[in-house]
Amino acid sequence: MSKPKDEADGNPQYARPEIDWESRAYWEGAGRGELVLQRCRACRVVQHRPRGFCVSCLSDEIEHFVASGRGEVYTYSIVRQNPMPRFRDALPYVVAYVQLEEGPQLLTNIVDCDPDSVSIGMPVRVDFVSTEGGLGVPRFVPA
Amino acid sequence: MSFSGQIAIAGVHEYESRWAPDKTSFQIMGECAREALADAGLRLEDVDGLFGATMTMGAMGMVQLSEYLNIKPRYLDGTNIGGSSFVSHVAHAGAAIHAGLCDVALIVYGSTAASDAMAIGTGSAGGRDPSAAFVSPYGMTLVSSYAMVAKRHMFEFGTRSEQLADIAVSTRHHASLNPDAKMRQPITREDVLESRMIADPLHLLDCCIISDGGGAVIVTRLERAKDLRQPLVVVQGTGEAVAHREIGAPDLMTIAARQSGEAAFAMARMSPGEIDFCTIYDSFTITVLTTLENLGFCEPGEGGPFVENGGIGLGGRLPVNPDGGGLSSNHSGMRGIFLVIEAVRQLRGGLGKRQVEGAETALVHGTGGYLGLMHSGATLILGKA
Repeated sequence: MSKPKDEADGNPQYARPEIDWESRAYWEGAGRGELVLQRCRACRVVQHRPRGFCVSCLSDEIEHFVASGRGEVYTYSIVRQNPMPRFRDALPYVVAYVQLEEGPQLLTNIVDCDPDSVSIGMPVRVDFVSTEGGLGVPRFVPA
Repeated sequence: MSFSGQIAIAGVHEYESRWAPDKTSFQIMGECAREALADAGLRLEDVDGLFGATMTMGAMGMVQLSEYLNIKPRYLDGTNIGGSSFVSHVAHAGAAIHAGLCDVALIVYGSTAASDAMAIGTGSAGGRDPSAAFVSPYGMTLVSSYAMVAKRHMFEFGTRSEQLADIAVSTRHHASLNPDAKMRQPITREDVLESRMIADPLHLLDCCIISDGGGAVIVTRLERAKDLRQPLVVVQGTGEAVAHREIGAPDLMTIAARQSGEAAFAMARMSPGEIDFCTIYDSFTITVLTTLENLGFCEPGEGGPFVENGGIGLGGRLPVNPDGGGLSSNHSGMRGIFLVIEAVRQLRGGLGKRQVEGAETALVHGTGGYLGLMHSGATLILGKA
């Protein structure tokens, strides 16, 4: 797992996430360079986004674990128009769902590559941008 | 007990202008209510159920709307599930009327999206709250949430941009026959493919337009509608549904229309082969294609061949959006009410060149929200009495 790149200041796209007690472990994990997911101790389902209980069996017995950070692109789009200032400067950029080895899919960006080189099924691995407050934002790069 | 066949749509009105910089959204709603009531042969005092949604109405919106219209309805429903809301309102009105909670339901919508220069579709999803934090860093625009469905559809089924383009071409042809439509100049497949890319694989002409607009619909008991002005249009089936990322592993090829369509067909005791034409929320070309598949008009993956070469044009196998849709006629943010209005107008008949010949049954389907993230679907099946 790579250390977070300290580039949030020069990359306003990745502002400090708003967190609550249900999502704190996820964002703090991303700040350490770890992709933290939830698993239910009762029914073993991995769920994302994080919640205070398991929405498959309604158990409170939720545990957090560090995921592999490996996956493949399930689908994507190259965004070429967005008038919001913090995204306008990043155009064109890739929005994607990444299918993680552990089951869930993450909405994310694919970075560090030519947008036109991205394809469905492409292997990717997680990478992080650190933000204020010791948090981070996961995105993915070609594996 | 189902209200199938017992509820009628007795009045409709679509705001004619696509540009209303000198109007407020409540004013547009009020004018549309006046015209829809006149269309039905009813008065404002007859309204005892009020249904509405806009992009800007907040928590007290329905109370403010009652105050604006100077009415005191005994039934209120401000359900806002995105652009499909008004399709859902017809079903909710039917249930409320059937239960005796109101007798004349007014459904209204108004928007000045174009004159307010709202960038519908290209702004990002999310906001500064904890549940949005999983979306907002990534700049997923409304267009790209639909584009990701299109990309996956192309991957799984070999669907081509040319087939999506044909949806825009057929819809523009319909708009050319509608004097109120905003974009009436015919286009070709090449025009769509050569228009600039907004979010791959969706081009500019794969996207709905932005206009001002509004509308109103009057729903009442079939028995009461028989004494009113218009030919009878009856609600045969309704359904609504949501689809979302579940616990993290969405199947983007299954949309809410699957569930809402099955419910509507079951209530109407009908099947897709019995539908003469559709009005389907065409926020983007892919929306129409995946909706047709999920409603059962064709098999999953067969949407491309179904829509290409005029398949959903007037005279084709299943005419869709004969008014020119959101792609070409009007789109002011929440288009569901126009789907209902055009279906009713077609069933009444007499629309000239854009009339679907022999139209006896219609299916209306609205999609609300971000197709690839979370969305709602609402389906109506309407017919002549």
